[in-house]
Amino acid sequence: MKIRIKFSKQGTMKFIGHLDSMRYFQKAMRRADVDIRYSEGFSPHQIMSFAAPLGVGLTGSGEYLDIEVHSSDSSRVMVKRLNEVMAEGVEILSFRRLPDGAANAMSLVAACDYTVRLREGYDNCGFWRDFFPGLNDFIQNGNLEIVKKTKKGEKQMDLRPFVYEYRLLEDRGMFLKLSAGSSVNIKPELLLEAYCLAKGQEYQPFAFLINREEVYADTGSEGSHQFTKLEAFGEEIE
Amino acid sequence: MRKLALPDEILLSIQQPARYIGGEVNMCVKDPESVDIRFCMCFPDVYEIGMSHLGLQILYDMFNKMDGVYCERVFSPWTDLDQRMRKEQIPLFALESQDPVRNFDFLGITLQYEMCYTNILQILELSRIPLHSVDRTWDDPIVIGGGPCAYNPEPLADFFDLFYIGEGETVYADLLNTYKVSRAGNDSRDAFLKKAAQIPGIYVPSLYEVQYNGDGTIRSFLPSCPEAPKTVIRQVVTEMTDSVYPEKPLVPFIKVTQDRVVLEIMRGCIRGCRFCQAGMIYRPVREKNVERLKELAWQMLKNTGHEEISLSSLSSSDYRSLEEIVNFLIEQFQGKGVNISLPSLRIDAFSLDVMSKVQDVKKSSLTFAPEAGTQRLRDVINKGLSEEEILNGAFEAFQGGWNRVKLYFMLGLPTETTEDIEGIALLSEKIAERYYEIPKDQRTGKVQVVASTSFFVPKPFTPFQWAPMSTKEEFLGKARIVNHKMKEMLNHKSLKYNWHEADVTVLEGVLARGDRRVSKVIEEAYRNGALYDAWSEAFRNEIWMNAFETCGVDIGFYTSRERNLDEIFPWDFIDTGISRDFLKREWERARDGVVTPNCREHCSGCGVRQFGGGVCYEDTN
Repeated sequence: MKIRIKFSKQGTMKFIGHLDSMRYFQKAMRRADVDIRYSEGFSPHQIMSFAAPLGVGLTGSGEYLDIEVHSSDSSRVMVKRLNEVMAEGVEILSFRRLPDGAANAMSLVAACDYTVRLREGYDNCGFWRDFFPGLNDFIQNGNLEIVKKTKKGEKQMDLRPFVYEYRLLEDRGMFLKLSAGSSVNIKPELLLEAYCLAKGQEYQPFAFLINREEVYADTGSEGSHQFTKLEAFGEEIE
Repeated sequence: MRKLALPDEILLSIQQPARYIGGEVNMCVKDPESVDIRFCMCFPDVYEIGMSHLGLQILYDMFNKMDGVYCERVFSPWTDLDQRMRKEQIPLFALESQDPVRNFDFLGITLQYEMCYTNILQILELSRIPLHSVDRTWDDPIVIGGGPCAYNPEPLADFFDLFYIGEGETVYADLLNTYKVSRAGNDSRDAFLKKAAQIPGIYVPSLYEVQYNGDGTIRSFLPSCPEAPKTVIRQVVTEMTDSVYPEKPLVPFIKVTQDRVVLEIMRGCIRGCRFCQAGMIYRPVREKNVERLKELAWQMLKNTGHEEISLSSLSSSDYRSLEEIVNFLIEQFQGKGVNISLPSLRIDAFSLDVMSKVQDVKKSSLTFAPEAGTQRLRDVINKGLSEEEILNGAFEAFQGGWNRVKLYFMLGLPTETTEDIEGIALLSEKIAERYYEIPKDQRTGKVQVVASTSFFVPKPFTPFQWAPMSTKEEFLGKARIVNHKMKEMLNHKSLKYNWHEADVTVLEGVLARGDRRVSKVIEEAYRNGALYDAWSEAFRNEIWMNAFETCGVDIGFYTSRERNLDEIFPWDFIDTGISRDFLKREWERARDGVVTPNCREHCSGCGVRQFGGGVCYEDTN
């Protein structure tokens, strides 16, 4: 039985990288006595895959991983059991059964929502004071062509088609819906960096608090996007 | 969200920020305001090493089970963070509360190997605790050391207020209680230290005076006040089964060296190898009841979610219920994604059978530790492993499908000759030849024999404490002989030989048998940048050599000097329960090449029977 788990990763857990998060969840599955399936062979490993790695330093409110199990209690019970063995900062939000033959989370990822805020100490001086209205204006009217560094060298690319949504938040911040996944993966940092560059300001990676809010698949057809939350593919186990 | 001592800017620009944030599964959370005593437990090396240490997990659990005590942890910041903390004036902090170490009542530092000594000074300095005990006030924690290197604490005497001699499970409650009473009664720090000195097992270095002879040896080593005892008695847990053990060990977020459940099945070793300090200072052998172990295995796997469980002891094959516990683990956990790892097993039919069940024969290798190349030298060191046993064990393993063998030897053992050194290559060759006795169609590829040598360092409280140690040049000369001989062997293409630089060994030799005069060398080396000396990428020998020069301390006095049988050693104030006569007897038997039977075959009267437990009483139960 395939299961999709939605979780949040907050607080000090943002310092735990992707590989260590995977190890963390493997151990958590055993602590919670989840009847997870193992691969065959002398060093069996749990059947588990993550939707999209979250960079060190970022927090997430809607992260996903898929597992396979032999059996399961109700979603409600499984969420409770897992939350009882979590470290501070990780919370299981849902535990849902996927239909047989469902595609795995990783292959579905098409877009992510982010909120970006300024870290305390950066938010009330000079360039940073009006950072977000400026960024909003930049995304609307500016030149979003950037030079993206890839393994093969540098590549010119226009970010605009991949910024699906953006809006100012009431409490000084920015909401962004960006293309994600295996075809075009746009990290919010790319946009922030492009804006700083356009303004002749040095990009300061530590100035931002970035939270990934949600991860989506694209269920639209023929060039029209229809973004669906990854948890919507599963159903609650009663 | 838990507060952190380090800002994000630092945590996101150093390696492995998870080393410094705490918050791991099973971390103990208490309100520091509501406890009487805050104890900071330190392993003076990087997090991944320190968190792999069983003793730390045992004591962490023990302290936190005490009412009114909160035990937290601190490890050495890696060199990247070390620089940032100095530059930005950030005091060293404990992982749990993230509070400065200096705010604690105790800083307990475990001394597992000599090459961590400069890291101790780093911990003190970054914590803003004066390096010297004599300069500390009640504004500083009581700095206490324990662990194997506390059996000769003298090179560290200036830096510690107290040392705990022996196993931590016994008198810590008394010590903490004495502290509480002292603080409530407004005792001075000195008054407290004098009270602590009266607790069995507690050594207060500042209460002793050492005088030296003209030749540099010790003339007298005596207490300077009536409160300090003449000898400090090693503390021993008499009943292992009921002894405190962590059912909920901490689970690190990052991969640490020992990333598994560790089940201590037994403490001590019956074998009595004459070079081995652990085999002496953990006497007598004490087994843990197998039913208790089964219960612990369940609980610990459940509470950690680890995917591996490992048995721990100095010589697991001597645990009398080994078959029962191993079969239990295989039946209960194999097939549930839990690997079973069995280190320190003698190679015999049983262990080969078990190993073929729990590991992939094709990927694993067989390990022997003959320690010496000839039977003569193995008799000298009392290593009860014969060539026949090695060759037969290897042959059986080859028939079972193994084709990789690892061999561990020491160079520089007492009485060693060229023949013994060359014997390392000859024994490796004989093992390779055994492989080719198997008919070709039954072999699985080529055989690979990897021999590694380490250099022998004489340790306190072993029969070899009197032995001169080889010099660096002698060590390297011996390694060259082995290397040369290996190349002459018929199967030299199947043999591989590894050895190390000898610089660290020489230092280890000085620190292992050093006295109080060595502490200024440690401080001088630290001041000039020595840190993480146990890490080859960080170790800088020239700093140490300059420090010896500057301080006028002669390396040869501590290492290659022949010691007189009745010389007073810096560690002689400790009573380990093993008589000096026994050690002397063993030193003489070694030089005569006479083997001493193990504790279960015949009692040799080492003296530890006085502790009233363990192997000494096995037949009387």
